Amino acid sequence: MVTPRMIPASLIPLPTDPDIAARVDAIELPFNRHGVDPFGVDKRELAKLYTLIGWFYRRYFDVSVFGQHNVPARGRGMLVGNHSGGVALDAVMVIASAFFDLDPPRLAQGMAEKFIQRVPFLAWFTSRIGQLTGLPEHCIRLLEDDRLLMVFPEGARGTAKLYRERDSLVGFGTGFVRLALQTGTPIVPFAFVGGGEAIPTITNLYKPGKLLGIPYLPVTPYLAPLPLPVSLQLLYGEPIELSGSPSDSDDVIAGHVNTVKDRIASLLSQGRSVREGRLSPEEIDFG
Amino acid sequence: MKVLITGIAGNIGRLVTQRLLDHGHEVIGIDRRPWYHPPEGVRVFQHDIRKRPAEDVFRTQRPDAMVHMATVTHLTHRSEDRFRINLGGTRAVFDHCNTYGVKQAIFVGRHTYYGAAPDSALYHTEAEPPMAVHTFPELSDLVAADLYAGSALWRYPNVDTAVLRMCYTLGPLRQGTLAAFLRGPRVPTVMGFDPLFQFMHELDTAEAICTALDKGLRGVFNVAGPPPVPLSVVIQQAGLVNVPIPELLFSLALGRFGLPKLPRGALAHVKHPVVMDSSAFQEATGWKPAHDEDATLLAFRTAES
Repeated sequence: MVTPRMIPASLIPLPTDPDIAARVDAIELPFNRHGVDPFGVDKRELAKLYTLIGWFYRRYFDVSVFGQHNVPARGRGMLVGNHSGGVALDAVMVIASAFFDLDPPRLAQGMAEKFIQRVPFLAWFTSRIGQLTGLPEHCIRLLEDDRLLMVFPEGARGTAKLYRERDSLVGFGTGFVRLALQTGTPIVPFAFVGGGEAIPTITNLYKPGKLLGIPYLPVTPYLAPLPLPVSLQLLYGEPIELSGSPSDSDDVIAGHVNTVKDRIASLLSQGRSVREGRLSPEEIDFG
Repeated sequence: MKVLITGIAGNIGRLVTQRLLDHGHEVIGIDRRPWYHPPEGVRVFQHDIRKRPAEDVFRTQRPDAMVHMATVTHLTHRSEDRFRINLGGTRAVFDHCNTYGVKQAIFVGRHTYYGAAPDSALYHTEAEPPMAVHTFPELSDLVAADLYAGSALWRYPNVDTAVLRMCYTLGPLRQGTLAAFLRGPRVPTVMGFDPLFQFMHELDTAEAICTALDKGLRGVFNVAGPPPVPLSVVIQQAGLVNVPIPELLFSLALGRFGLPKLPRGALAHVKHPVVMDSSAFQEATGWKPAHDEDATLLAFRTAES
């Protein structure tokens, strides 16, 4: 009789902090006895991920989080916010925040760019940490499974913002509103401030990026798009419960999108004021 | 109930036969291959399903139900022959069902219908069209057979037709597409990719087919067993050695160094998952797999080839 062995850890050589691994156990997802959930999320990969990004979140950057009580502790939720910083630093910090600042910790699952599934290792790692390709099917399935979804309606246009555009919002996609209506999901607007200072993009190289299989290659004054150890602010606003039908006309949907966009813009300017000491955190208007 | 099984001499055909006999059904079968010692009371007609003698079996035996499993894969047949068997054969048997008063027909299809691609969704549902067939031409005849069988639902309304898209089968018989890939001792994987794989125990596969028959199922259904697991886990739990090969070298290495040979299109199936949502089948029948992923892999691993 051969007894089944434990499943192999991935080949990604990252350290795991035992305290963080214990906190991963508190995530309320239906992991099987090998620590893998039905979407392929692997506990051990999560522990590696949080160990790595935890260092950035708690030591490298000076991150301040406001309004985390607005994120539902359980059940479906859609975190909707702005892109800031050339390489989705915002997404990484929101994932870290949902893990370190919420009790119980939650896995924020993003809707990843399609190119990621074509890139070796990146495809593997993103699949194991629950960052699935951005498809409406995935969105609906995750929300119906009462998970926490993270959406950046600006898409890749948002991460391509230059330093001087860092606090602006570019055009929002509308799909997220229809999906929230379809699944009855509250939208938690959030703003991420400081990504532009962390990765001050002066230009984006589109052709070399294409050769590498990515949408573009951001360039900073020191060339590489590596983040600087700056202060970052993350503000979660009060949940918005939309009412209506997912098949409402574009005009109606655009109205909902603007509601969400305005709330994010308000949080964004407040976050900028807090960052620059012009507003005290107690004065933030989350609604 | 008198059940006719096409492709009865295959591994799953034999398991379904046994299960039906256990439940008091009468079983007859058609297969080009011989079954030398079938269980008592089982008549096996050694014919080609596309030929006249096979039609005679329908006419003289008058089965109440048919389970159509006489389809072949690229692993056993070259392309032209495969097209004739899978499409010509499927057409013939459904025509015979209609002509000779068969009340129920089950087409046993495959989950590879959906294809694997970097931008395809996890958990395919039955309504989805077959994607990525152009990247894997060796699958196109099976996809066409699946759709053709589904068309029997409107062409032959008197026949209750069920199309079952079954995930990979694994177990002590060590037969089938996934088992061939895992014949070992080394299993090639594409470096940097680790797709989810969905598979179920061969006894559960047979049980699911029989359940569909018992319930008089009508429609198209995905049939999957336990939740999917990463390929690396499958290889490890099967006691095999994972050989990650950079994609550029992958096609060159196949068939050499003790690695299995695969068609070019299979590359996508080693890089990206084909995972189905089978809740509709479970709701319609109440069927649940009796073996979880560990028990299935253990049974596969401990049975010596």
